[in-house]
Amino acid sequence: MITTTMWAATWPRTAGIGMSSWLLNALLAGLAIAVVAGPLGSFVVWRRMAYFGDALAHASLLGIGLGLILGLPSGLTVVIVAALVALLLVALQGQRQLASDTLLGIISHGTLSIGVIMVTLVSEQSLPIESYLFGDILSVTEQDVLRLWALSIAALVLITVIWRPLLAATVHEDLARVEGVPVERVRLIFVMLLALMIAMAMKIVGVLLIASLLLIPAAAARRVARTPEQMAVLAAGLSCVAVVLGLGAALRWDLPAGPAVVAAAVMLFVLLFALTSRIMNTNKSY
Amino acid sequence: MTQSTDILVSVSNVSKHFDNRRVLDRVDLTLRAGQIVTLIGPNGSGKTSLVRLVLGLSKADHGTVSRQAGLRVGYMPQRLSVAPILPLTVSRFLALGGVTDQQAHRHQLQAVGAAELIGAPVQALSGGELQRVLLARALLRRPQLLVLDEPTQGVDAQGQSSLYRLIGQIREQTGCGVLMVSHDLHLVMAATDEVVCLNHHVCCSGHPSAVVKAPEYQALFGTESSLAIYAHHHDHNHDVGGDVAADCGHRHE
Repeated sequence: MITTTMWAATWPRTAGIGMSSWLLNALLAGLAIAVVAGPLGSFVVWRRMAYFGDALAHASLLGIGLGLILGLPSGLTVVIVAALVALLLVALQGQRQLASDTLLGIISHGTLSIGVIMVTLVSEQSLPIESYLFGDILSVTEQDVLRLWALSIAALVLITVIWRPLLAATVHEDLARVEGVPVERVRLIFVMLLALMIAMAMKIVGVLLIASLLLIPAAAARRVARTPEQMAVLAAGLSCVAVVLGLGAALRWDLPAGPAVVAAAVMLFVLLFALTSRIMNTNKSY
Repeated sequence: MTQSTDILVSVSNVSKHFDNRRVLDRVDLTLRAGQIVTLIGPNGSGKTSLVRLVLGLSKADHGTVSRQAGLRVGYMPQRLSVAPILPLTVSRFLALGGVTDQQAHRHQLQAVGAAELIGAPVQALSGGELQRVLLARALLRRPQLLVLDEPTQGVDAQGQSSLYRLIGQIREQTGCGVLMVSHDLHLVMAATDEVVCLNHHVCCSGHPSAVVKAPEYQALFGTESSLAIYAHHHDHNHDVGGDVAADCGHRHE
């Protein structure tokens, strides 16, 4: 269904000023997301929330669909829908009717399907569905880049502020609560940041792959990190490398940008895994 | 000794339900500075629910829980489950409690007999090591009240008695109050000032020497109390609501 010719058609063929400016926009946008994905993704894996991230990402397509149907800016509706779904998931955490992976599966695939239907229904005014599912880096404007970096810096500041209490709550929620950490408030800020980051990343990697941008660099960083902070910073660094490599490969070989970035992240993960397990093996043989 | 100013937490006439099941039924409990109170009772008897109320982690349906204003509580939870993907050393774990001074970590770990663990990943600790590290984190806060939920879980018999000795020493040195949940009745008896036997309601309570003479206690644990191995023989019936069906006459055996 998704052919290479379709993707190839999306990449400008001509070199020159035009090309370097869209490439720069794409790169800057990707990096803005990567630096936030590192620390947020670390918390996602520490808190075992991979499915939560996936459900939020899928729900953001519902936001796109609503935006198209209601004629509202999609950035806004995506943030609102993702935030509402995040709140719903947090509120349903205490319920015992459904296991949490079942609940997340229902919300994740339900919102994705309804989102796809909505976007398809209004397809004349929208981009092809693939650009939402896998990202559409060409649609990133200079204005987008400015907005992404403003949001990215604001998000990083907030993460720094909630870092210690969120980490304490991640390690042991009740213990943190007894020690005076406002656990609910900190968690709320965290899931709102996650919703925001997902809305930001939609154009770059698309709803199907956003969660992987949270998980893979963090998992790769764990191989070498000794402290939580090292892991977050390393994950951000690896995300940036994946963005540069992925966009480079996409440009060079006419590949879809979002999947290329994720594939680059996977390659970094495999590389780090192989390198560190070899070091560990050599240490053992002494 | 037992002035009202010494009272750290007072629980009075508290009831608590979960899904229409009564877990706590008109429970009273007073925790004082310098006093060790041990909660005993079978699994599912409401011990953890009572501890959560004392800690302020949950609210009572009926009754009141009043805590001394500004009370500093050190809490030692039953277990710790940190994802292996989180790189966390013991020292960093201690810092998360609010005290970031490495020197203080070293002293506190030494005091609980776990000095060598300071750089170890928390996921690699054995049951006994973990209990000591959790205790160190609770103590770093210089608590006025120390709450220990089954502090000897996963600790061997020798480790258990040394942990109880340690808790006794801490009480002597700091004068803090201690609330402890325990299964190891015979070890606890020597180390505690007051025993509260809970089975949704308070079955009996008091100083161990007095409690062991109480008919309720003897019915529960047998007359050779000093050798009693804890087993809760439970002959009164609870109805679906958790109420004691026959009005509690306390014939437990």
